[in-house]
Amino acid sequence: MAQLTMIQAISNAMDLELGRDEKVLLFGEDVGQSGGVFRATDGLQKKYGVERVFDTPLAESGIAGLATGLSIQGFRPIAEIQFFGFVFEAMDEIAGQAARMRYRSGGRYSCPIVYRAPFGGGVKTPELHADSLEGVLAQMPGIKVVVPSNPYDAKGLLISAIRDDDPVFFLEHMKLYRSFRQEVPEEAYTVPLGQAKVVREGKDVTIISYGAMVHTAEKAAEEWAKTRGISAEVIDLRTIRPIDIETIVASVKKTHRAVVLQEAQRTAGIAAEVVAQINEQAIFYLEAPVLRIAPPDTIYPFAMIEDEWLPTPKRVMSALEKVMSL
Amino acid sequence: MSAIAPTKPTTYLQVLDAEGNVVNPSLMPNLTDEQLRSLMHKMVFTRIWDQRAIKLTRQGRLGFYAPVGGQEASMIGSEAATEKEDFLFPSYRDVPQSVWHGWPLYQAFLYSRGHQHGGQFPQDVHVIMPQIIIGAQIVQTAGTALAFKLRKEKRVAFTYIGDGGTSQGDFYEGINFAGAYQAPAVFVVQNNQFAISVPVALQTAAETLANKAVAAGIPGVQVDGMDVLAVYGAMKQAVDRARAGEGPSLIETMTFRYGPHTMSGDDPTRYRSKELEEEWQKKDPLVRFRNFLQSKNLWSKEDEDLVIEEAKAAVNDALAKADAYQKMTIPGLIDSMFKTLPADLIAQRTEFDS
Ligand SMILES: Cc1ncc(C[n+]2csc(CCOP(=O)(O)OP(=O)(O)O)c2C)c(N)n1
Repeated sequence: MAQLTMIQAISNAMDLELGRDEKVLLFGEDVGQSGGVFRATDGLQKKYGVERVFDTPLAESGIAGLATGLSIQGFRPIAEIQFFGFVFEAMDEIAGQAARMRYRSGGRYSCPIVYRAPFGGGVKTPELHADSLEGVLAQMPGIKVVVPSNPYDAKGLLISAIRDDDPVFFLEHMKLYRSFRQEVPEEAYTVPLGQAKVVREGKDVTIISYGAMVHTAEKAAEEWAKTRGISAEVIDLRTIRPIDIETIVASVKKTHRAVVLQEAQRTAGIAAEVVAQINEQAIFYLEAPVLRIAPPDTIYPFAMIEDEWLPTPKRVMSALEKVMSL
Repeated sequence: MSAIAPTKPTTYLQVLDAEGNVVNPSLMPNLTDEQLRSLMHKMVFTRIWDQRAIKLTRQGRLGFYAPVGGQEASMIGSEAATEKEDFLFPSYRDVPQSVWHGWPLYQAFLYSRGHQHGGQFPQDVHVIMPQIIIGAQIVQTAGTALAFKLRKEKRVAFTYIGDGGTSQGDFYEGINFAGAYQAPAVFVVQNNQFAISVPVALQTAAETLANKAVAAGIPGVQVDGMDVLAVYGAMKQAVDRARAGEGPSLIETMTFRYGPHTMSGDDPTRYRSKELEEEWQKKDPLVRFRNFLQSKNLWSKEDEDLVIEEAKAAVNDALAKADAYQKMTIPGLIDSMFKTLPADLIAQRTEFDS
């Protein structure tokens, strides 16, 4: 097994799937000769040719629409949106068209597309590069939304997404791209979509999160274990649409307390959805209200103050303080 | 032969050749000696500041920066043909035009560092924060131009986009709307040959980008974007037309960025040959215009040195002023969301008050 960064794991997943199934195509802005602005597709055009791995003109609606058209003809496109903030340009093709295709055609056509996009804060990008818009997508029926938090999951989830027969949006947190390495098997393997993972066992409180915030949650949990002797369980959702409520309920039955942590602005996000589902399925096990930890409802701020704006372990701990004192 | 003839490539406008000789006297814009010297002054100043900005970015003293070296004639020639009251919609690379249109340099630096104050333009400066979303500025320009028309103001809205940007739906929508309303807008396509790594040939099968004007029913011209006089002349004509109520125009400037796409890790050697770079450097806008001015005794080494010193000093001053500017705060950010803060944001603000 090799020690890979998340970007290498993602690149490796695409390489293996391009090699396994010639219906898989890969395209987007700068993904070809240049190998992508983050080098996620480095070398793939050389290996698979310009008919399977290619640069598109600079138009996200065009990229997504091309994927729709190709996919109903049996191809399996991996369409890259260079930065997630540009997804608004492609929103009709993704949410208004591809996600509805199976329904509209009575099951005759489907769109086995994977849309990939880097996103996420803490790396000081310009406007509309970092924004966490996953809640916008997650509300769209007919599409799955995946946010890996580590190299191993990223590879397995991406392979599952490529093999899935419906559209999947695969979100790659920029801060995690090269921040650490992990053992990743060389061969293809899958991590099932729609299954959360308990990344840290605990008995006093559950922290539910996804993406880069999983690491923030783990830091807070560690700190609390050390300084307060309180043991927090941490759950990584991995897929945010659909949400794996079973894993969450099992944990809440054990800990009786929960907080939900997200990098996206507070209102109408994934955390709100998780809280609602806990209420529906586990309210009688709770000893305190479930709290949300999220940035304020502002525009994603410029580089200068993003570190203060993004949830920190300290803010997670103060939320934990609140639920533990109830 | 097919019944449908391909669209003829639009005119290619050039005043000076690469040595600075006048090749098309009839296209020579009507400029005073002072105006000519001012064009050179701005180009030299911009080249120096671009070089400094690149260094400062490498040292971590600036944040986001998209180099402009090579594009000075295209940027400065076009902006110089507008009036202060005209409204500019820049993209991330169009910092020089924005500064020459009135954006204080220290604010451009704050913007680069990701400080909100960078985008708070002084009241008499008609520029909006550089656009990151490619194409959005084109439709907005059509809207602002329509506003000028509705209010019967003799103002023009002008904007810039790259070669890659002309592939966006917003580009077609914007030039088409402006044409449909005969709105006083000028759209400048700076064709610097690459959209990050993708060459124009992979962007479109159109023979020229200026030809895209045909479908919108508006005039389109292609100019030598390394020739400041040709750019100025084409822009002046377009701005005059717009101001006279004759509708929008599209100008394609053939230019080249010498540097990387931005300073955030782009490596031009992955997609661009040395030969191509050298070929374009031979067309350098500063060299050519300097030759022209010197032949008319309008520019000397002393003039050049003075501008270089002036630019260096201006960059240092702006940097000092940016350094001294108060930091952004989260409560300040929250306050800037609405005219009157809703209750939920007031509640969220308390978490950050201290
Ligand atoms: C809607 C949108 N899509 C993609 C990008 C990412 N991006 C930034 S610049 C760029 C290339 C632009 O090339 P071009 O339009 O030729 O302008 P240039 O930068 O060369 O001046 C790309 C793909 C973006 N900022 N906005």
